[in-house]
Amino acid sequence: MTAAALSAAQAGLLSCETCGLLARPITRTEPGHCPRCGAVLEWRRHHSIQFTWALVIAAAICYIPANVLPVLVTNAFGKPDPDTIISGVIFLYTSGSWPLALIVLIASVMVPLGKLAALAYLLISVQRGSATSNKERTRLYRLVELIGRWSMLDVFVDTFTVALVQLQPLMWVDPGPGVLFFAAVVVLTMIAAETFDPRLIWDAGAAPGESR
Amino acid sequence: METIACPDCDLLQCLPPLPLGGKARCARCGTTVATQPRDPIGRPLALTLAAAIVFVLANTTPLMGLSAVGRHASTTIIGGSYDMWLQGERITAAIVAFCAVIAPGSYLLFMLTVLLAIRRPPAPAWVGELLRWADAMRPWSMKEVMLLGILVALIKIAELAKVEPGIGMYAVGALVLLLPAIMVTFDAREAWRRVAWASGGAPPASGARNATFPEATP
Repeated sequence: MTAAALSAAQAGLLSCETCGLLARPITRTEPGHCPRCGAVLEWRRHHSIQFTWALVIAAAICYIPANVLPVLVTNAFGKPDPDTIISGVIFLYTSGSWPLALIVLIASVMVPLGKLAALAYLLISVQRGSATSNKERTRLYRLVELIGRWSMLDVFVDTFTVALVQLQPLMWVDPGPGVLFFAAVVVLTMIAAETFDPRLIWDAGAAPGESR
Repeated sequence: METIACPDCDLLQCLPPLPLGGKARCARCGTTVATQPRDPIGRPLALTLAAAIVFVLANTTPLMGLSAVGRHASTTIIGGSYDMWLQGERITAAIVAFCAVIAPGSYLLFMLTVLLAIRRPPAPAWVGELLRWADAMRPWSMKEVMLLGILVALIKIAELAKVEPGIGMYAVGALVLLLPAIMVTFDAREAWRRVAWASGGAPPASGARNATFPEATP
């Protein structure tokens, strides 16, 4: 970072989050609306740290029932057989399709956990005023935004398994209560990624002129 | 030259004139801050029209059929979500319907309207509102995740019964290619330049150097 690096906020300008236009605020405390698209102008996303923490904690709580409760219940020959996400991965592995088992394992287990860890790390580092490896942290944030959607994979797998395997009374599949919690984890972490403001990463190292 | 602030790190910087097909990265954090697609209106419009037709096909024809012990069952995308609803998982059903049908459908609808409206600038200010909504729908449109989910479900079920893909499946496959193609060929900055200002004011003369920044409206 060169000494000449100046953020829009330091220069007293706001960039509209909707259309990208740079505008001068009416007053420091109430910047007003974007003259081009009419969106509310904010220096940084509203209560970004608090909202993101709340969503991350809620998602972490939902993550437990999402993995403990069954996501699918297979009824074959009069015997219900519940399946959790992990046992679904093991089923795929033992039935010989290990590439698929790996994809589901990454999308359903590693991506949600990694997202929670990454968001928590970003939040803590911003709160502690860290000014190192900003570029890497911004890249981490973009990665979280990009791959988050893929954890929805298991919800789709369960939905279409339930929809297709309805051969009552011989064999049918019911959804388990875990699906709801799992979908909640994905939705909550996706919203958390949207409420986190990556510009906060760069504010820490800057001169206190942010309030100018 | 246009002055912009990076959306990811807020660095003020001047955009150099970009070659056709080029893109500019933020000088500090490396985020792509601007692109210059060859034909930022016509190409995405053609792709969006194609995607809208394929979208209707993907949602009205059966995705796949299943035969076992002399019985046959088939499902559509909405059918899958509806079954979830019938089984009592209503919130999950709503999330699936939103990510698989409503979000991609409204994205296509908004984009189609926006692209048609901005062919003759200045487009009215409500076009900007639609553009904002299209952008909001983007992360929730999960056609590609859904396709992979269907494939995994098919392979799981193939153990138990005979499964055959339907027309809907091929339509979803085509959508998975068309949707990102729209996003890559579209240039939101060019679209915003063609939309009338919400404040009613006129945009500063384009190309003016060191143009003063417009003031926010109350």
